[in-house]
Amino acid sequence: MSTRNIIAVCVLALAFGAGAAHAQSAPSPAPKLGKPITENDIKDWDIAVLPNGNGLPAGQGTPQEGAKIFAEKCSACHGDSAKGGVAPFYPALVGGAPLTNGIETQKTIANYYAYATTIFDYIRRAMPFNGSRTLTDNETYALTAYILSLNKLIGENDVMDAKTLPQVKMPNRDNFILPYPDRI
Amino acid sequence: MGISKRRGRTPSLDAVAGNGLINRRALLGQGIALAGAMGVGGATGAAAEPLKDEAWSLEVGATTPPLQTPSRFEKEVVRALSNPKGEFRTSHARTPHQLLNGAITPNPLHFTIIHAGIPDIDPAQHKLVIHGMVKQPLEFTLETLSRYPLVTRTHFVECAGNSAGMFSNEPIQAPAGLIHGLVSCAEWTGVPLSVLLDEAGIDPAAKWLVAEGADAHFLDRSVPVKKAYDDAMVAIYQNGERLMPGNGYPMRLLLPGYQGNMNVKFLRRLKAVDQPSYTYFETKNYSQILPGGKTWRFHFLMEVKSFITYPSFGHHLKEPGFYAISGVAYSGTGRIAKVLVSADGGKSWGEAALQTPIHDKAFTRFVMPWRWDGQPAVLLSRAWDEAGNAQPLRADFVAQRGETKKPVATPLAFPNQHYNSITSWGVDSKGEVKHVYA
Repeated sequence: MSTRNIIAVCVLALAFGAGAAHAQSAPSPAPKLGKPITENDIKDWDIAVLPNGNGLPAGQGTPQEGAKIFAEKCSACHGDSAKGGVAPFYPALVGGAPLTNGIETQKTIANYYAYATTIFDYIRRAMPFNGSRTLTDNETYALTAYILSLNKLIGENDVMDAKTLPQVKMPNRDNFILPYPDRI
Repeated sequence: MGISKRRGRTPSLDAVAGNGLINRRALLGQGIALAGAMGVGGATGAAAEPLKDEAWSLEVGATTPPLQTPSRFEKEVVRALSNPKGEFRTSHARTPHQLLNGAITPNPLHFTIIHAGIPDIDPAQHKLVIHGMVKQPLEFTLETLSRYPLVTRTHFVECAGNSAGMFSNEPIQAPAGLIHGLVSCAEWTGVPLSVLLDEAGIDPAAKWLVAEGADAHFLDRSVPVKKAYDDAMVAIYQNGERLMPGNGYPMRLLLPGYQGNMNVKFLRRLKAVDQPSYTYFETKNYSQILPGGKTWRFHFLMEVKSFITYPSFGHHLKEPGFYAISGVAYSGTGRIAKVLVSADGGKSWGEAALQTPIHDKAFTRFVMPWRWDGQPAVLLSRAWDEAGNAQPLRADFVAQRGETKKPVATPLAFPNQHYNSITSWGVDSKGEVKHVYA
């Protein structure tokens, strides 16, 4: 048997081997037991927000409106003006030292977050702690605006909505690097 | 014992590295090996009291329960809780590795991190939807998923914040389970995610899935479609039974080798999208600050790691003589290929025996025979995976990833993420074990 033939046999063996493994891990035919639904059926669940604004609802809010809601529903844990509650469980949402201060530097919205949409997304899905999904979209925009304003990332009178929120410039955005780019 | 015949001596007595490490081949012929080692260590052959039948042997025992629980003598084998009163904050429960053995974590002792309480989910009402950039949005139930051909695989799940106390500039004094208890390993059974995505007909332009849970925070993470088609599954069984409530009952995403937080529990929704969502958890908690101030995001991978579970902090070696050093090794990039152990603080190393089978991205139990001479010793383990990745030495790791400026006050704190360097246990001449940096 020539070297070329030996290689051919090996390649064939590998191909069949791989084929058998594939058949084992992905049985055919597919069971297809998923029930077809429409995006309209999922409307109330679809709360994911992307940094480009995709998924942000209608509505709007200002820092002043947010301040009132924050005092009523948020400051018990997060402290007055979001300066932080019982450390380390309820850290400050404002301020923050430069990240060059060390690996344990407290991450805040101003010194860390890459996108302002993250704040809206998280408040809408998870806050207040004992009442998630109780805030209206306007209240969520207002709280987001208030927190951004406390962090001096927007002005005191700036209105946050689906158009303005994705445009807020976040200081740390360009400071991130990917340790494993090939995994994306 | 072909090797011993060729060498003409008992392999158990071979020193393989300094300070009493014995060639792992000694474990091949356990009887001879252990007897030999004990002899050298000074076996105690003192005359004992004549054996008598104990009380429990002389009466009929307890009634058989439908669900077994451990012996009343094992009451201390429980998870360490970070939030026992259920205050309005995250609750961590850590696996007590210093009290366990083998490679599988029993379900009641599997670590859990819960951000808004454990939801009381009725499996008959729970739904999982796949939608977004797909041809046909689909809804699944536990009942329909259970009808698919299920796959079973053994995998560790590790919180990216596991071992965070190891970033402390001084060693934290705490048991292995408090330092490293946010990793566990189980046999998971479920439906390959690729099967469900193919059924929905995912758009090739969709590069990410936003995975969301049905907990009170609707916890969500962005997951690369690449991982979903590699080895992800929707898990519905844990070590042969339905998932524990704290581990995601009735269904969870399983992304072998990736940050625990991405393995979204109580999975209710997968939305195919063209860009990551930058959710709270991937934005803040599970992204990390590097020395110099740059920040890493989408780290995902839990890198090759090992730690010794016996002897470890809090254990007491009663007398000089034979001990089996034992621990777990695992890697998010594949199977464990090799574990070296040192008893002299890293000056010399011997290769540990690996318990088989060695699964992909799973705990591998390693065992290293050791004859303790009663003098101070420093025990370390270091693992390599099949891709050739080596667990970093502490000095190298700290140079790259940093350490705190002040000692970390509690092993429950999270000064940083993704610690996978070496753990050292110092044995003093009284046999007490402390945490040290070597």
